[in-house]
Amino acid sequence: MFTTLHLAIIAPFFIAIVVPILYKYFPRTHTGWFVLFVPILLFLYFLRFIPETSNGNTYHAVFDWIPSLGIQFTAYVDGLGLLFALLITGIGSLVVLYSIYYLSKEQEALNRFYVFLLMFMGAMLGVVLSDNLLVLYVFWEVTSISSFLLISYWYERDKSRYGAMKSLLITVVGGFAMLVGFILLYQMTGTFSIQTMIQSVDDFTEHALFLPTMLCILLGAFTKSAQFPFHIWLPDAMEAPTPVSAYLHSATMVKAGIYLVARLSPIFAISGEWLWLVAGFGITTLFWGSFNAVRQTDLKGILAFSTVSQLGMILSMLGVGALALHFDGIDNNVYIGATAAALFHLMNHATFKGSLFMMVGIVDHETGTRDIRRLGGLMTIMPITFTIAVIGSFSMAGLPPFNGFLSKEMFFTAMVDVASFQQFNMDTFGVLFPVVAWVASVFTFIYSMMLVFKTFGGKLQLGQLEKKPHEAPFGMLLSPIILISLVIVFGFFPNILAYTVIEPAMASILPSLLRNGEHFLVDIYFWHGWTVELFMTMGVVLIGTVLYLTLRKWKSIYSLFPKHLSFNHLYDTTITRGESLSAKVTGMYMTGSVKHYLIYILTFFSIFLLYVLFSTDAFALNTDHLAPISMYEWLLAIVLALSAIAIMFAKNRLATLIILGVSGYSVALFFVTLRAPDLALTQLVIETVSVVMFLLGFYHLPEIAENFKKARFQVKNFIISFLVGFTVTVIGISASSTRLFESIADFFPKASYDEAGGNNMVNVILVDFRGFDTLFEILVLTIASIGIFVVIKLRLNEKEER
Amino acid sequence: MEILMSVIAGILFMVGTYLILSKNMIRIVLGTNFISHGAHILILTMAGLKTGAPPLLGLEATNYTDPLPQALILTAIVISFGVTAFFLVLGYRTYKVTGTDNTDGLRGPDSYD
Amino acid sequence: MKLNDIVIQTTTKFVLFIILAFSIFIFFNGHHHPGGGFIGGLMTSAAITLLLLAFDFETVKRILPIDFKILTASGMLIATLTGMGGLVFGGPFLSHTFGYVHLPFFGEVELATALLFDLGVYFVVVGSALTIIEMIGGDQ
Repeated sequence: MFTTLHLAIIAPFFIAIVVPILYKYFPRTHTGWFVLFVPILLFLYFLRFIPETSNGNTYHAVFDWIPSLGIQFTAYVDGLGLLFALLITGIGSLVVLYSIYYLSKEQEALNRFYVFLLMFMGAMLGVVLSDNLLVLYVFWEVTSISSFLLISYWYERDKSRYGAMKSLLITVVGGFAMLVGFILLYQMTGTFSIQTMIQSVDDFTEHALFLPTMLCILLGAFTKSAQFPFHIWLPDAMEAPTPVSAYLHSATMVKAGIYLVARLSPIFAISGEWLWLVAGFGITTLFWGSFNAVRQTDLKGILAFSTVSQLGMILSMLGVGALALHFDGIDNNVYIGATAAALFHLMNHATFKGSLFMMVGIVDHETGTRDIRRLGGLMTIMPITFTIAVIGSFSMAGLPPFNGFLSKEMFFTAMVDVASFQQFNMDTFGVLFPVVAWVASVFTFIYSMMLVFKTFGGKLQLGQLEKKPHEAPFGMLLSPIILISLVIVFGFFPNILAYTVIEPAMASILPSLLRNGEHFLVDIYFWHGWTVELFMTMGVVLIGTVLYLTLRKWKSIYSLFPKHLSFNHLYDTTITRGESLSAKVTGMYMTGSVKHYLIYILTFFSIFLLYVLFSTDAFALNTDHLAPISMYEWLLAIVLALSAIAIMFAKNRLATLIILGVSGYSVALFFVTLRAPDLALTQLVIETVSVVMFLLGFYHLPEIAENFKKARFQVKNFIISFLVGFTVTVIGISASSTRLFESIADFFPKASYDEAGGNNMVNVILVDFRGFDTLFEILVLTIASIGIFVVIKLRLNEKEER
Repeated sequence: MEILMSVIAGILFMVGTYLILSKNMIRIVLGTNFISHGAHILILTMAGLKTGAPPLLGLEATNYTDPLPQALILTAIVISFGVTAFFLVLGYRTYKVTGTDNTDGLRGPDSYD
Repeated sequence: MKLNDIVIQTTTKFVLFIILAFSIFIFFNGHHHPGGGFIGGLMTSAAITLLLLAFDFETVKRILPIDFKILTASGMLIATLTGMGGLVFGGPFLSHTFGYVHLPFFGEVELATALLFDLGVYFVVVGSALTIIEMIGGDQ
């Protein structure tokens, strides 16, 4: 059944169809205002599910999408899906609002922008609310495609196209691996429904395909969520308009990978490999992203690497959260804190990173640059933007009293707890987790400070800026202000989120821990006492401040990394080499000459058919039922064969025409002797008309036959054509000598008078039994004649005008 | 008879293929014409020849030849006429625009950038 | 083109109507005897082509002020509409029916909707064949 829920998921696609029309007919209104109501309505719609899911209920609706293949579009709402749906529609509303002021309706192609944005929104909702893996995959790829289109929105820029291509290649390769993983999952479980798989999870954890499946799916998740070493696409994706960066490349799309990891945790999380892969790649990405963010000079570059690093952090928490599965129940189970932290940070990241992106967009919009070497001193000119930047950055750095502090503390707790786990070598290598986490946090602190003080502190360099900066209009500030208020609200009252959204989402990630009627209890609060985590944060601030102030002295360590060893370099070489190699290979056979292509086709046709014919022993020569040959027919055959062969050597075009006529009329006469009166009549008339046609053609186009005389006998062509002729003969003989099944020929004599009231069976077949054929045939004829009319009458330029 | 007609179809195909492999556009058009002749005869032959009276119920014979291939061929004859005409005009137009009727001179651009 | 050949022009004047009449006969005859829309249409086109050869294009245009493209289109329309007829009476697309009518002069006559369809075929064949000939012959 197609329910309201399905409609809610698909709605953005429908609205996307209408957008170009609205854009065209309401040119005075910014198209964004029409689009804005979609995410807002959807957000309100999804809010209504909260009471349901926080009671531990789930909601699902099945719609048979492709029944013949058993593919159902099952919309499934549980805590996790709802959390993401709210994120997508909530941030979506703010981003659309922001974009109305960011993109000018005079200069930008708004219709394209909003079509792609809505397409993305719908696809993303589809990803997080589908229970069927194949449907999920389809939506997943649509998000990749819409991301590609949005990154290349300013397609006249080289860097936009480069970034779009890079993101598409990396995410789609990952997506393809993920599809393989899904199919393997199907092989093991016999279903594409995630929930059904989770119920039967114990049956296949020992399966031989379990590990390869996991690797394939994780590859998809890691590429999408820009995990090390696939993170290289995200900084280049920053060429997109800032609202897109804020929406797709920080708040939602890049979190699809995290969603997938969380969603499939109940299936895979029990294994040690999952733990090490997810947590290991997460923590590496956290470090590498934050480390590289510090060397960036572009504000969006800093935010891109920061996003990479924060995604790694969330993922590492999800990975560590899997440790909880090795204990029974939820009481005294310290490791469930990691999962709660992951979800909490997911929301926090969306709020502070979204506002920071919008802040950067404002700075870019008002000053014309994002380069921190040229910016500075904006504090007094743009006080509101500055406030947004301070709150957002401090939250990102993990300073109280903002929400980032809370999730950072929870993160440290989780990492410290890892070291005490006794399985999977955690007791030896596990100590690396808190260490790396702490080092990465120091770098996070440094780039957060850079973001604020390099932009707003220091001296104003008016000469370096393209415009004279001033505070942004209120509408542009509205969205970041809303987000930044949420940063503060979630900081002081984190439990608004904890009870409504996080607890039900945890139930979806760790369902096996819950006994009947139980639910997770998450309490987030500021003061934990003088714990290790607090000292860690204090250390971060202390060392971070020192390093920030001495930044210039140690920045040279970044040049220690040789450029040709970077992943970007690897990507670029692979692309260029691949392109030149494929160009070479293609150039070998795609010569651009139709003749060569015909030779390939014909040679393949003959050799393949002959091979099949003889390898399956299909060649047959049965002389029992041969029809007799009369004298006339011998004569006709000789005439036809001779005239056909003669045309190969004809050098005079009139002679050619006569030979053509002779062979055509011989065929017509053959139809007479072969008892096909209709064919004979048609062939006779057609031949007459075509000869006239060629005659007229030659008369009016005398030049065209000029090169006729130069034609020489081509041995190579003859060999190929002989091969084709031989194949046809052999097939003809075999076909007429074999009867594999009863012919339907007997049907027509009986049926044509009784059912169609005609005595001429051929005509009855044409107009009645196979009327469709005839209908399309006259359509072809019509198209041919219109085509000829156009080809003759079309005048491409003035020169041809007569 | 079937063998003879198969050979005839083969010869027609051979000639048609030879013609469409040549460089001259008129010859290519003629080649398609011959290939369609060959195909018509081949279809007719494969169904079996002279298995009865012409497919007209008015003849009141006990056996009729198979009408289905004849119907198919009738359609094919008319279509091949349209296609031949289209080829002819296309060749003419190509000649007018490019000034050559040698297909070797009509390659696409070497690169698309 | 202009062929001032008195023999062919005179012959054409006689033969043209015979061919035309025969083509129409063969068209109506199609359901029971060799013939039908294709053959009838082609024969009509052949007759008009003969006219074109004997006289010139301007003369033919004057005698037959028909746009052959429109003829093609109306043929397509007739054929499709006949097909739709089946839908109206609840059958599948392109299903036909037939019946017998007693006309005072011709006696027992069969009327089949298939004939209407064949008429569409006839128009399309005449229209497109003549468009083709006109285009190839008419372009200077």
